[in-house]
Amino acid sequence: MAQDRKHNVEDLHLVDLTKKFGEVAAVDDLTLTIPAGSFFALLGASGCGKTTTLRMVAGLEDPTSGRISIGEKDITSLRAFQRPVNTVFQSYALFPHLDIFENVAFGLRRRKVKNVEPAVNAMLELVELSAMARRKPTQLSGGQQQRVAVARALINEPDVLLLDEPLGALDLKLRRQMQIELKRIQTEVGTTFVHVTHDQEEAMTMADTIAVMNAGRIEQLGDPASIYELPRTVFVANFLGQSNLFAGTRVSTDANMIQVMANGTKFLVPTERNAASGDEIIIGVRPEKITVLDFPDREKVPTGHNTLEGRVVDVSYAGVSTQYLITLPWGQNITVFEQNVVVGDRCNVGDQVVVHWSPEHTFGLAGGETLLVSTAQALAAGV
Amino acid sequence: MVAAVPSTSKKNVVVAQRKSRTGYFLLLPGMTWLAIFFAIPFVTLFMTSLQAPVPGKSGQYTPAFQLSNYPDAIIEYFPQFLRSFIYAGIATALALLIAYPLAYFIAFKAGRWRALMLVLVIAPSFASFLLRTYAWKTILADEGFITTFFNYLHLLPDDRILNTGIAVVAGLTYNFLPFMILPLYAALEKIDPRLLEASNDLYASAFATFRKVTWPLSLPGVVAGTLLTFIPATGDYINSELLGSTQDRMIGNVIQTNFIEFRDYPTASALSFALMAAILVLVFTYIRRAGTEDLL
Repeated sequence: MAQDRKHNVEDLHLVDLTKKFGEVAAVDDLTLTIPAGSFFALLGASGCGKTTTLRMVAGLEDPTSGRISIGEKDITSLRAFQRPVNTVFQSYALFPHLDIFENVAFGLRRRKVKNVEPAVNAMLELVELSAMARRKPTQLSGGQQQRVAVARALINEPDVLLLDEPLGALDLKLRRQMQIELKRIQTEVGTTFVHVTHDQEEAMTMADTIAVMNAGRIEQLGDPASIYELPRTVFVANFLGQSNLFAGTRVSTDANMIQVMANGTKFLVPTERNAASGDEIIIGVRPEKITVLDFPDREKVPTGHNTLEGRVVDVSYAGVSTQYLITLPWGQNITVFEQNVVVGDRCNVGDQVVVHWSPEHTFGLAGGETLLVSTAQALAAGV
Repeated sequence: MVAAVPSTSKKNVVVAQRKSRTGYFLLLPGMTWLAIFFAIPFVTLFMTSLQAPVPGKSGQYTPAFQLSNYPDAIIEYFPQFLRSFIYAGIATALALLIAYPLAYFIAFKAGRWRALMLVLVIAPSFASFLLRTYAWKTILADEGFITTFFNYLHLLPDDRILNTGIAVVAGLTYNFLPFMILPLYAALEKIDPRLLEASNDLYASAFATFRKVTWPLSLPGVVAGTLLTFIPATGDYINSELLGSTQDRMIGNVIQTNFIEFRDYPTASALSFALMAAILVLVFTYIRRAGTEDLL
């Protein structure tokens, strides 16, 4: 039954899209193609322009310039009610005077669809709310209201379903549950989902493709793993997970490796993992890629690894892993996550340690005079 | 230690009792007010409506149980009764037509002018009701520009507005307009604009959004506004007295004349009660029909 709901959807194109509020550009010359049938996440901090982008696609906001099209069809000048696009609003915006059935039937009735009952019942079944059909929205829990909002939008078989922080109002446990639920529904109906969120974990769990937005522009686009493993800007390195970053200068370059000198230490980064074109390079590594060794074991470091010495200043045990905060000789703190595989084998505060990681896990970012990067900043953005 | 336990629990009981009594103390001033100025006069009025005249002495009545006062009064003054409801009904409909767009504008479009516009809605109330109605005598006068204008268009059946039903309805509409605007504004202002966006997103044009979302959500305001206009307009006598002719008298005028000029207290009381009953019946039917019991 769900299969026949799949229809020929086409890619959503945003071309040179700009939205200015007064002098401020909320969305700045954005060009983006969202593949048909994908689960696409627009990830960014509040005020980065992700919601404005979504509202422009919905037709609730007029772009200052640029075009929006679905396949070949330009929808830029269409009014919201004329677009084959539906939205799941942040606050759900369910109609309080209508019951659940009528809320879900709203779009079909406006388009004068005859005999809405089978479609509405099927949709209520999809979101597992058949028993609630005659209740009013206020009689439902947050999670149930959320599912009604999804059903109310999806029943119209839009080319694109827009979700504006749809899980923001739910508690953590329910949010996890709804993440899986939404993913299931998306797979079942095959509609293009564009999901706006500030929650990096949510974006990574649900989306096939993530676009990280900052100051009205897209910083990086890709599947969750490649963005996480190979961030291309400092913002992405800090916003999506945590990173340890070291600002340095290029010493030498060959076909495979670049040598970078930072704080008197030499780092290696594979040439294809370096995003910097100039000689100012920021070296980065994810906290879980680093191995910690007691100082006496320092000869166990494999040759060719990036190696640093330091002192443990904080140890937080978190069940699955242990988080170390290690101070380097020049005062910078780095974060290390270590899996708790061996019981009792942990460093203590004050221990002298050696940390190392493979160059394959290192990434190079463009440095510059404006960037003052520290692990503290990475921590603040990651939390 | 053990002895202290019952004493504390007793103290708790006293505190609890005192707390539960606070509610009644809060009710006391209001209840006293209602008892003296509503309940007692209400009973007195009802007893007066059943009194019988003392033979040979005009203006004097004795306590009785003369139920026939009611049908007598209603039959005698039925035209004025009917006229009251018709005039009040037209005035309410006109007030709704004028107030809804205005309230809508203030709630959704006025932006920073919202507060000022609300003050302007209430501002006329700073002048007395009587004075404002007198002013309408001048506005609608035979030589006034409004009458001249409509006469120029040959739209007036009697070539005048003052001392006709039109003037009475106009006065009623004007005087009770704020009572229509304010509840409508309160109801419209409460509507979450995101609901209108959601409706727009779900294929409803601006007009469909109004019909299916805005209007139903504003119904509590419509019901409150129409009641606050219709009820006092039905019993009003000043507009008819000042702006109408003797042909346009409403039930309020009849009650006033019976009380003050004819000193026919039983008839006046019976009319008052009949009016109250009629309004109650109308209001309940109306609320039922509007389906807003749970919203009120």
